[in-house]
Amino acid sequence: MSEGKPLVGEFFLSGDEACAEGAISAGCRFFAGYPITPATEIAERMSDRLPEIGGTYIQMEDELASMAAVLGAAWGGVKSMTATSGPGFSLMMENIGLGVMLETPCVVVDIQRAGPSTGLPTLSGQGDMMQARWGSHGHYSIIALAPNSPQELFNLTIKAFNLSEKYRVPVLIMSEASTGHMYEKVVIPPPDKIELIHRRKPTVPPDKYLPYKADADLIPPMAVAGEGYRFHVTGLTHDERGYPAMNAEAQEKLIKRLVEKIEKNKADIIQVEEEGIDDAEVVVCAYGVPSRVAILAIEQAREGGIKVGMLRLITVWPFPEEKVREIARQVQAFVVPEINYGQIALEVERCACGRAKTILVPHMGGAVHSPEMILEAIRQAVE
Amino acid sequence: MSTVALEKKEHPLDAYLRMERLPHIWCSGCGLGIILASFLRSLLKSGLNLDKVAVVSGIGCTGRAAGYVKLDSFHTTHGRAVPFATGLKLANPELKVVLFSGDGDLVAIGGNHLIHAARRNINLTVICVNNFIYGMTGGQLGPTTPTTARTTTTRAGNIEESFNIPYLVAAAGAVYVARWTAAQVRQLEKSIAEALLKKGFSLVEVISPCSTYYGRMNKLGTALEMMRYYRDNSVVKPDIDLKDAAIKLGGQIVTGKFVDIERPSLFNI
Repeated sequence: MSEGKPLVGEFFLSGDEACAEGAISAGCRFFAGYPITPATEIAERMSDRLPEIGGTYIQMEDELASMAAVLGAAWGGVKSMTATSGPGFSLMMENIGLGVMLETPCVVVDIQRAGPSTGLPTLSGQGDMMQARWGSHGHYSIIALAPNSPQELFNLTIKAFNLSEKYRVPVLIMSEASTGHMYEKVVIPPPDKIELIHRRKPTVPPDKYLPYKADADLIPPMAVAGEGYRFHVTGLTHDERGYPAMNAEAQEKLIKRLVEKIEKNKADIIQVEEEGIDDAEVVVCAYGVPSRVAILAIEQAREGGIKVGMLRLITVWPFPEEKVREIARQVQAFVVPEINYGQIALEVERCACGRAKTILVPHMGGAVHSPEMILEAIRQAVE
Repeated sequence: MSTVALEKKEHPLDAYLRMERLPHIWCSGCGLGIILASFLRSLLKSGLNLDKVAVVSGIGCTGRAAGYVKLDSFHTTHGRAVPFATGLKLANPELKVVLFSGDGDLVAIGGNHLIHAARRNINLTVICVNNFIYGMTGGQLGPTTPTTARTTTTRAGNIEESFNIPYLVAAAGAVYVARWTAAQVRQLEKSIAEALLKKGFSLVEVISPCSTYYGRMNKLGTALEMMRYYRDNSVVKPDIDLKDAAIKLGGQIVTGKFVDIERPSLFNI
C-alpha cells in the first residue's frame, strides 16, 4: 500500500476493500464503526489505511455510537463515514435522523445480509431498501446508491461523499454481501482525475451567520466547530438561527426544505443505466447484484425473440420516478428481481401506474436469483 | 408612592449566553441556572480560547444547556452526546469538548457510551447534572433515583439500587472525578476549571435540586429547602472509598474531588 496517499492503479480488490479505497480517494479521514459481517472488511481496511494518511479510525462500542461519532466528526470539519449491515443499520437509524435534521454530510454503507434480525449474517439480502428510505422516524428525504461491482463500490463511494457534501445529507450506499465479498479488478484513477465536491462554507462574518439560512438551492452554507462562528444546532425543529422553534409554522418551513432540497434536485442526483429499452416490450428493473444475474436472462430472452431491456437503478433514493413513468408508457411490463419479498417493486408499480404490469421476482435471501427465475418472469410478462 | 426607574444592568456572563433565547425553560428553583453559570465562570477562569470550545448535550432538562451558551454547541440525540463528542474531538483535537447533560441521558440511555469513553480516556470533560429523576418528561424513575424514592413510575417507592456515578466512572478509568452539589458553588467552579484543563476523561457530577418533581414527590420541601438540605448534609470526603459514596434518600451527600490521576489519553490528544 502506498504510504501517505490514495492508491493509484489497477488492483484486485473485494467490494468492501474497494469501498474503503473509494472513501480514501474521496477525502474521507474519519471512520467510526463496529464489527459486523459482511461489512467488517471495510472497517479493517480503514483501520490500516486511515492512520497512514493522517486520518482517524475508531472502533466504537456499538453502532449507535458509531453513527453519532460520524456526525460529530463531520461537525469537526472532516469527511466521515461508517459501514455496517442490517442489525447495525437498525441501530444507526436514530442518528441518521439527527444527521438529516442537522444537515450533516456523511456516508453510511450497508452491506446487506438477509434478515430480519440476525438472519443470515454471511449471505446476501436486499431487505433494507425501504429501511434506507424510511428507517428513521419522521418524514424526510435521503439519498441511497446501489453499486453492483467492486469497481462501482469504489466509484459510488466517491459519488456518495460528493452528494453528501453538496446536499448536506447522510448518503447511504446499499450494497449486499455478494458484492461486498466479490473480488474483481478495480481501477483507481490518480487524484487529479477524481472530481471532489466540498461543502459550501459561510461567506459572512460570525455575527451575521445563520446556520440554517439556505441559499437559493435550499442548502445552507456550513460552518464547523472551532472556526469562531459560535453556532448552535439541535435535533429539535429549528429556525434559521438554529434555535428550537416549537410550532407548526417552523416545522412546515424546515421539513419542506429538507425534503425539497433532495426532491427538487433529482435531475442532478439520479443516475440510472439503460440498455436496449428503445424497442423493448419488457424491461427488467434491477439494482445491486440481481442486475448482474439479469444480464444472462435478458440475453436468453432476446435469443428467444422477446424484446427485453434493462433499467438499472444506481440511485435508488430518491426514486427515479420520471424514468419509470416514461418507460411505462412504451412497455408491457416491468420485471423486478430483488432479494426481498417486494420493496422497490412497490415503487415501480406505483410509478407504472397501471400503464405497464409489474412482475416481482422475489428471493428471500441467502443466495442470488438464478437467471432462469428472471427469464421465467420475462416469459410470463409477454404471455 | 414614588417610582424608581430601574437601570438596565448587564450580568457579567451575558456575553457568553444567547441572551435572545432567555428566559430559559427551566423551572424556578432548578439548580441548572447555578450550574450553568458556574460552568461559564470556570471556563473563563480556565483561560481556554472560547472559539475552540464546543459544548455537546443530549436530551432532557440539562440537555438544553447547550442551547444557551454562546459557543459552538450541539443538542444531539438522547444518550448519544458522548459518542458525538468523541467524533468531534477526534476530528479536531484542537477543540476542548465539554459535555453538559443529565443523569438520565448520560447514565441510563447513554451509560454504555459513558463507561467506554472513560475506558478509552478520551480527552472530554463531562458535567453530569444529577437531579435523581427524569424532569423533562414529568418525573419518572431514573438510574440515579435512590432506593425507596417516589417518582411517577414508582408510586410505592423505587425498589432498585441506584448508580453511584463517581464509583462507576472511576472504575471505568476516568482520570478526574468529582462530585459537588449546587450549594457548593466555589468548590464546583474550581473542580470544573481543573477538569477542563485535565488531559483525558474527566467528569464532574453536580447534585441539583428538582423541586418540581423529585422534591414534591418525596416531600423534600421547596427548592430553597432542598438547597438548605444540600448545604447542611453535604460532607467533603475526597479520600472516601468510592463504593461508599452512594447517595441514599435522606442521607448525607458525600462530595469532593475523588480522582485526579495521570493515564495516557486516547491518541494522546
